[in-house]
Amino acid sequence: MEVALRRMIVEDLAAGVMARSTRAIARALSVVENGGEGAGALLHGLFAHGLSAGTVGITGPPGSGKSTLVNRLIEIWRVQGRRVGVIAVDPSSPFTGGAILGDRLRMQDHASDEGVFIRSMGSRGHLGGLAWATRDAVLVLSAASFDPVIVETVGVGQAEVEIASLADVTVLVLVPGMGDDVQTMKAGIMEIGDIIVLNKADRPGIEQLESSVMASLDLIPSGQDRPPVIRCSAATGEGLEALQTALEAKLAAAGRRTDRERGRVAALLESVMAERGAAIAAALVAGEFGSLDGAVESILAGGTTPYLIGEMLEGILER
Amino acid sequence: MMDRKIRILIGKPGLDGHDRGAKYIARALRDAGMEVVYTGIRQTPEAIANAAVQEDVDFVGLSLLSGAHNHLFPEVARLLAEKGAGDMILFGGGVIPEEDIPGLMEAGFRAIFTPGTPSTEVVEFIQREFSAL
Repeated sequence: MEVALRRMIVEDLAAGVMARSTRAIARALSVVENGGEGAGALLHGLFAHGLSAGTVGITGPPGSGKSTLVNRLIEIWRVQGRRVGVIAVDPSSPFTGGAILGDRLRMQDHASDEGVFIRSMGSRGHLGGLAWATRDAVLVLSAASFDPVIVETVGVGQAEVEIASLADVTVLVLVPGMGDDVQTMKAGIMEIGDIIVLNKADRPGIEQLESSVMASLDLIPSGQDRPPVIRCSAATGEGLEALQTALEAKLAAAGRRTDRERGRVAALLESVMAERGAAIAAALVAGEFGSLDGAVESILAGGTTPYLIGEMLEGILER
Repeated sequence: MMDRKIRILIGKPGLDGHDRGAKYIARALRDAGMEVVYTGIRQTPEAIANAAVQEDVDFVGLSLLSGAHNHLFPEVARLLAEKGAGDMILFGGGVIPEEDIPGLMEAGFRAIFTPGTPSTEVVEFIQREFSAL
């Protein structure tokens, strides 16, 4: 009976999300974020409706103006009558697990607009610039008919590139004063921008930034796409229309929906496998050694090694 | 890796730009392992209530030093109830005269913290209320 009750609640929640009820959407996001019982069933229920939104990733270093830029993009899309969803990820403390979720602060212009749904997430120990549940949260907002869904990453350094596998279009936001041109040569973050925004274009140093970005893009082999580079200033409004136009063009190009969905489904499957696979492996190891601590003790006592345990897991799989 | 975090919104309704206290509390709650959505200064009660609903927080903390708490605090409580979020736990802080506190408690606030309150007291209040949920 309890199981039946739980299923009903999940079904109500899924129906509420698709009926665009704010409270139901917010609750559903908490369920997927906390990953408890019901999360899988809820996502399963929303899945068929959860892949259609165009997804825009906004990434860049801390303080580069990502949230303010998102705020301005919301404005432009709202004028066009689009319903805009936003997932804004901020870092959780590795020590206490606490977080200050402050991106929303820059987007409060839209707090009383029913056509905008903004949700803040702590990264909760996940590396890569997103939170564990960001993919699932996008699915929920898409099922609630928000399109586009904007995902703002934590302030990133050089290698947090996970957003590229989630978003249809990734915008890399750079600002003047981040170091010499060796920085723009490095692998990682510099490679994932489908569009590169040179933000705070009203600040000194914008020319040097632009020339070093352009120089690094010059090495992209001919025939391959070169990302457009757009100077923006949320303060003066410079470049915002151009950015939105470029985004629409990229979304349309990413557009053949089936291809986009294929990529997104593959990424979702991968993340579910990683998460569930790790949980199953942990349970198997605990079964063998009494607990994970037991396995650690056994390794420390010289009884086994992590690698032998890995072999053991593969052995179990083969049986 | 997946666990239930205490989520709190800290907001400043009305025309009051003094946010040292709100930021101090937000930071203390973060250090106590909670997720704190800070919505910034000069917010309408409507904007705060909408943000609280979208963020699905467990607690809403309001800070005000302008003297308009008797109007703005109950208004946030009313809007939350209207939006089906009457179960969120409300608390407030700021320059609030003793004699105003009973009225605010009546309006649905579970605690009012006045100047000089140690941050640990706020943290303990939240942990106590959360474990009773």
